[in-house]
Amino acid sequence: MKKIWILLAFLPELLIGQNPSAERIIEQIDRNMASKSRILTATMVVHAERGSRTMEMKVWSEGEKRSFTEYLSPARDKGTKMLKLADQLWLFSPSADRIIQISGHMLRQSVMGSDLSYEDMMDDRKLTDVYKATVIGPDVLDNRNCWVLELRAKAEDVAYFMRRMWIDQERNIPLKEEWYAKAGKLLKQTTLTDVKKIDGRWFPTRMVYKDMLKTGAGTEFIINEIKFDETIPESLFSKAALR
Amino acid sequence: MIRFILKGLLRDRQRSLLPVIVVVTGVFLTVFLQCWMTGILGDLVDFNARFTTGHVKVVTKAYFERIEQTPNDLALGETDKLIGSLQKEFPDMEWIQRIRFGGLIDAPDSRGETRSQGPAVGWGIDLLSPGSKEVERMNIKKSLVKGSIPSRRGEVLVSDQFADKLKVVPGDQITLLGSTMYGSMTVYNFTVAGTVKFGSSVLDRGAFIADIHDVQLALDMPYAASEILGYFNTNHYERQQAAANVTRFMAGSDPNDPYAPVMVSLRDQNGLSSMVDYMDVVSAIFIMIFVMAMSLVLWNAGLLGGLRRYGEVGVRLAVGESKGHVYRSLVWESVLIGLIGSVIGTAIGLILSFWLQRHGIDVSAFMKNASMMLPAVFRAEVTPSSFYIGFIPGLFATVIGTSLAGIGIYKRKTAQLFKELE
Repeated sequence: MKKIWILLAFLPELLIGQNPSAERIIEQIDRNMASKSRILTATMVVHAERGSRTMEMKVWSEGEKRSFTEYLSPARDKGTKMLKLADQLWLFSPSADRIIQISGHMLRQSVMGSDLSYEDMMDDRKLTDVYKATVIGPDVLDNRNCWVLELRAKAEDVAYFMRRMWIDQERNIPLKEEWYAKAGKLLKQTTLTDVKKIDGRWFPTRMVYKDMLKTGAGTEFIINEIKFDETIPESLFSKAALR
Repeated sequence: MIRFILKGLLRDRQRSLLPVIVVVTGVFLTVFLQCWMTGILGDLVDFNARFTTGHVKVVTKAYFERIEQTPNDLALGETDKLIGSLQKEFPDMEWIQRIRFGGLIDAPDSRGETRSQGPAVGWGIDLLSPGSKEVERMNIKKSLVKGSIPSRRGEVLVSDQFADKLKVVPGDQITLLGSTMYGSMTVYNFTVAGTVKFGSSVLDRGAFIADIHDVQLALDMPYAASEILGYFNTNHYERQQAAANVTRFMAGSDPNDPYAPVMVSLRDQNGLSSMVDYMDVVSAIFIMIFVMAMSLVLWNAGLLGGLRRYGEVGVRLAVGESKGHVYRSLVWESVLIGLIGSVIGTAIGLILSFWLQRHGIDVSAFMKNASMMLPAVFRAEVTPSSFYIGFIPGLFATVIGTSLAGIGIYKRKTAQLFKELE
């Protein structure tokens, strides 16, 4: 039945033999992946030059604007919490008993030594608001038919001037992303695998982020459990919840 | 003859005063310029040695390749053992470990939340061990503006300008937010013991110094350090000895191991070799041009002196003095004038240079936005060559000038002499 709906959605393009519009593809991704809220537990493995580090965490998020993260292990990081409210980010360290606001140039630093920066974590604007998207054409990635999208920045204040995305044509999920600087240099690469059907939607449960300017083999983010549209207490999204 | 000429010079001021003043001025300027140029170059090298490069530095091969990023994930391990073997192998040097790192310094309000913050560079140095020379080497006592030098663990020195920006004073708590050696996040509290003025605009904008043991704890670096610095026991950079030590150390280093320690000399860090060579050449050319210019001036003075005394020479020839005797007496006169002028000029140049060597000139006002690590006070430096360099223009140029002017004596014809005198 779902296949029929997808077929109908892309029917106009199929009839005239053209690629679907980028806006339509992004809309389909949002329809598949977006949710009112998410609660997930995940394992983050940072493969640095001198070995790998594994962290366990629990994340509560509501839309794209609000999220609360608590690190569960290892012992050194246990109890570290992060709160994101729109464009503001706070961090609580139990060892120092301090709430520190992350802002300015610190946003470009890596999150817990991973290949992701706070800035990457903070970017919650809609892709279509920030980028002008075009479909480059079809491609095959890991035996899956994909659309390749190229997104060029409309706004000046974006961290990555150009993004290239490989979108699974059937499941409406990104399988690979490349983030470029204005000069055309590849800065970061993400691959999304282990796609599972959870609560009626396709969702990648393993993501590998690679900062191309860093040595090491990248950062794995593995979702162990994810729940969509659960009710999250309002009190969690406040600075009081950090301590 | 010399005593006779000397008496003549002292009694006839017209013959000696102006040439001596010209020689003194030229020699003074030459000596002072040489001391000043040497001093600036020496200050640059010494400042870098004390703060960043040491006379030699030991780091891992991988760290050295990206040294400008201070990548502590590539830092040296088991530094206690390494220092022990370096002390045994190279007893002519003192070996110390340091950690250089970057991070965010955050000052809390009364609720423990961010009140102010800013990026900073940090140093972990041996502040607390008895007998450590680090406080003296980094000139911390003289640089202290407020508070005191850390006397216990957990205390830190912050650059005064940065402390003002953060609105912290001695006794306040600050928090370091940075990365450990293994890449995980670290949040570590320090207490401000004092504030310092480093004397370098780059550091004064945002730097702090903590005891290395605190930094090792904060950055999860037990028995590890970014770098081990070696300083000659003489406290002076000895270029050839440093190169010999590097060669000896590198003979035992594994070129295929990225974490193998490598030794680099001061010249091979921070682009100092090209800078030192460039400044060496520039200052040599500058001094050479100046010495040549002064030589021409003094040569000309010698020539003028010879020509001015055209009549006197004629009379002396007329009364029967031989041409060779007149010529030799003029040359000896110029030797005495050059010698007296050079001694006085060198003495004045050295006095001023010694004064500037002690006090220096504060140029910090011109370097507010400098991004290079440069000392804020430049000093002159008196070297052995400062004692004789002024004699090149002062003595030799004057004598050569007079010798050339004196050749005219041999062209004089006695038959024309009385006509000239009339």
